[in-house]
Amino acid sequence: MSNEARKVLEVKGVCKDFGGLRALDDVDLDVREGEIVALIGPNGAGKTTFFNCITGIYTPTFGEVNIDPTGDGFKRINGIKTNYVTEMGMARTFQNIRLFPSMSVIENVMIGCHCRTKASFLGAIFRDPRTKKEEQETIIKSYELLKELGLEQFADELACNLPYGAQRRLEIARALATDPFLLLLDEPAAGMNPQETLALEGLIVSIKEKHNISVLLIEHDMKMVMSLSDRIFVLEYGREIAHGTPQEVSENPAVIKAYLGEDLDA
Amino acid sequence: MEGLKKSLLVSLWFMFLTLPIVGVFVNTIDDVVIWRLERVLYVGICTFFLSFLWRFMISKKEAGAKRDEETGEEQISAFGKILANPSFYYPLLAGVLVFALLFPQLFSMYQVNIMISALIYVVLGLGLNIVVGLAGLLDLGYVAFYAVGAYSYALMNLYWGVNFWVALPIGALLGALCGIILGFPVLRLRGDYLAIVTLGFGEIIRLVLENWGDFTHGPSGIANIPRPDFFGLFTGLSNSIHFMYYLMIVLVIFTIFIVNRLKNSRIGRAWQALREDEIACQAMGIDKVKTKLMAFSIGATWAGLVGVVFAAKTSFINPASFTFLESAIILSIVVLGGMGSILGVILGALVLMLLPEYLRAFSEYRMLVFGATMVLVMVFRPQGLVRDVRKKIDIAAVRKALGGANE
Amino acid sequence: MDYFLELFFSGLTRGSIYALIALGYTMVYGIIELINFAHGEIYMIGAFVGLTVAGVLTSFGFPATSIMVLASMAAIVYAAAYGYTLEKIAYRPLRSAPRLSPLISAIGMSIFLQNYVMLAQTSDFISFPSLTPEFAFLDKYSSTIGSSDFLIIVVAAVVMVLLTLFIKFTRMGKAMRATAQNRKMAMLVGVNVDQVISVTFIVGSSLAAVGGVLIASHIGQINFFIGFIAGIKAFTAAVLGGIGSVPGAMLGGLILGWTESFCTGYVSSDYEDVFAFALLVIILIFRPSGLLGKAPIQKV
Repeated sequence: MSNEARKVLEVKGVCKDFGGLRALDDVDLDVREGEIVALIGPNGAGKTTFFNCITGIYTPTFGEVNIDPTGDGFKRINGIKTNYVTEMGMARTFQNIRLFPSMSVIENVMIGCHCRTKASFLGAIFRDPRTKKEEQETIIKSYELLKELGLEQFADELACNLPYGAQRRLEIARALATDPFLLLLDEPAAGMNPQETLALEGLIVSIKEKHNISVLLIEHDMKMVMSLSDRIFVLEYGREIAHGTPQEVSENPAVIKAYLGEDLDA
Repeated sequence: MEGLKKSLLVSLWFMFLTLPIVGVFVNTIDDVVIWRLERVLYVGICTFFLSFLWRFMISKKEAGAKRDEETGEEQISAFGKILANPSFYYPLLAGVLVFALLFPQLFSMYQVNIMISALIYVVLGLGLNIVVGLAGLLDLGYVAFYAVGAYSYALMNLYWGVNFWVALPIGALLGALCGIILGFPVLRLRGDYLAIVTLGFGEIIRLVLENWGDFTHGPSGIANIPRPDFFGLFTGLSNSIHFMYYLMIVLVIFTIFIVNRLKNSRIGRAWQALREDEIACQAMGIDKVKTKLMAFSIGATWAGLVGVVFAAKTSFINPASFTFLESAIILSIVVLGGMGSILGVILGALVLMLLPEYLRAFSEYRMLVFGATMVLVMVFRPQGLVRDVRKKIDIAAVRKALGGANE
Repeated sequence: MDYFLELFFSGLTRGSIYALIALGYTMVYGIIELINFAHGEIYMIGAFVGLTVAGVLTSFGFPATSIMVLASMAAIVYAAAYGYTLEKIAYRPLRSAPRLSPLISAIGMSIFLQNYVMLAQTSDFISFPSLTPEFAFLDKYSSTIGSSDFLIIVVAAVVMVLLTLFIKFTRMGKAMRATAQNRKMAMLVGVNVDQVISVTFIVGSSLAAVGGVLIASHIGQINFFIGFIAGIKAFTAAVLGGIGSVPGAMLGGLILGWTESFCTGYVSSDYEDVFAFALLVIILIFRPSGLLGKAPIQKV
């Protein structure tokens, strides 16, 4: 990926305090158009907190989060409510799967279409042709997304009855339904076996290409991170200790120390 | 044997508990102590048998939960299966409709009057069902909007002579407006706080009605509220009651229609998602406050609407009709019927409103039974009488449509 | 100044009672995150048990002081027993149910208990004998503070100190705090959570009964409905102080007592209950975590 591509997300000096604890300390990060960027670090390094800060679930204590979805300048989005962040085009998945358990699989994806559809409550009551058409389009779009993620045979099932790996993929389908320019994946391969992880890798690349989006992912599976990412950012104790290409990062002494000191498996 | 011992202990425990409340009555004015120990014994005997039933039900519930876990599917009752079959469903529906239309011809005016009240509660239940059942917001001050509707008609009629038909939409609008005004600040709150704040609001409205004597006539209320007049037709008490009855039937059908459409729409879907996981919902781009506010105010609209009808029906209202107890009754209709289920709420309203009327002897025990029902339903059948079923998305049709396009 | 002092002490008296009831709400909420809607009814039942026991003992000709002590003891024991049973029947089977279920069950229990007492006793107000002895040393100040006010303030203060010591220093108190922080973790390190929850209900209910008997004897009449209003107000106090926080409940109770007393004294007595409800609504909207409570961090 060329370095000249424009930045779609730019995070500068973000800090987050919980009481006296500084969970994130001066973190810089950027994602360019069409890139897959990974955010790695030992458990408790603040990766999910970082996601929460840029998606409006937490408000950063200091720092700036800027996005540029269309190429006509940056918009500052810290402190903006989560649903507006999603509307602006950053969609995320959750580390501890948060589907709507007693809704069907296709309905879960249809919820993702909510912010791209308009039917008001009057529309719901009168069911005018426009509302009907919109509803039909929503269903078709959702079904196609399910197909893309290999979930179409489950469309009618309740989300809570899906196998684990399928639930993770459903989260991705649901996030894609919001038409994002940047997809934030929080440990998409957690709990998957090596074959599933490999398949997921291919899936992420094909999604990126097909929907023409960028991806920022948190992941512990180093093999996946190394082969998938264009660039990697490394967090430890809320601080950014390194960033660069997979090659650069894997040779960085600070990173080696952080990982070997804490987590031999990684 | 083990069970016998357990039940014996339970019954002794309840006899101990009820001893000073049921067994003794102290008349402090004449300093007389009245002993009613035999009642404590009845309590003991009843609880002895009930405790067997309790344990049986608990074990059945646990077995059911385990079975659901194993099969991954919830059991659908025979009743549900019959309803799902259109060849039963439509004739049944037609039968109910015919019965409803003929009701005033078949029964006395007294019965019709009771039925009107029950239908009012059907609409109230359906309205609250939007808030509690569909959107999952526990509103304990629902009766406040009912009061707003009733008082808006009564007061507008008293001061400006506004007639029923004009008041009907105004009452509904005022209900919606109050829903928005009250909802806007409180809907940010977590579920249980919301319950208490709405309860507080409900009580504030009632207390204001009670104390603002110059305007609302205070606790003595407003009398002589006219019944609806329909181009001079339906004059006389019996005719106008019949007219009210048909009006309520129309309103009920209208409500069912609208609630059903809302439920199976983009908005209804957002409500359910919000009920299941607020954070995930917001991460999907759904505006939490806006969506909740919509549920809250649409729910309030129905209360405002039937409030007007209530005022016209009784032709006398006072703040005592709008206590927290009333909110609790409407809530128990929704809970007993089955949160979210339209059919369930209708059945719930009819059961809870008509049974006490026909079991006059037990009418004192009405609220006792309501309270117990709420607890028992929550413990043993949280889905209520009728489990809420959402309309399924027709996947086969989608596949067909897509298949046709691709090939 | 005298009028101010009178209002100050009447506010303090009310506030102490609210605080006693609020403690029950706050402790239960701290542990199982449930607004125990039926808590006000426990308080009412405490008052009724106090009344019947006092009545029976009077008819047997017991001396006044022993009646006061025995009636209060009975009220505490019974309230504790009711609280314990309430938890077992209406809340324990719903431990893992969605959040609204136990709340609805609690509302049901509240309605049930109100009507149970109404049907078993009466729907009218019953006069409650004054159980408070006259303190001679208060004669000089009788215009600002009465004997029963004095008794309520002292008893409430003593009970709250005891409760604080109990939570701080006993084994059970520690287990309670641990359960409140993280129930699963407490269970894993060997805390008997069921027992802790039962004890919480028992302690909370006993405190409510103390409040019930004191206020009934102070006001001189009770009926089946007193628990509802008192419950809401005590809940307001608990939220005001920060629900889940024990010192918060005490502080909240006092502030609410004073607010009501001064507002009715200087503004208008018609809207006495409106002040409390309005205060509740305002706090929940602007500072839902209360004065001493901590805003929870949302885990995602």
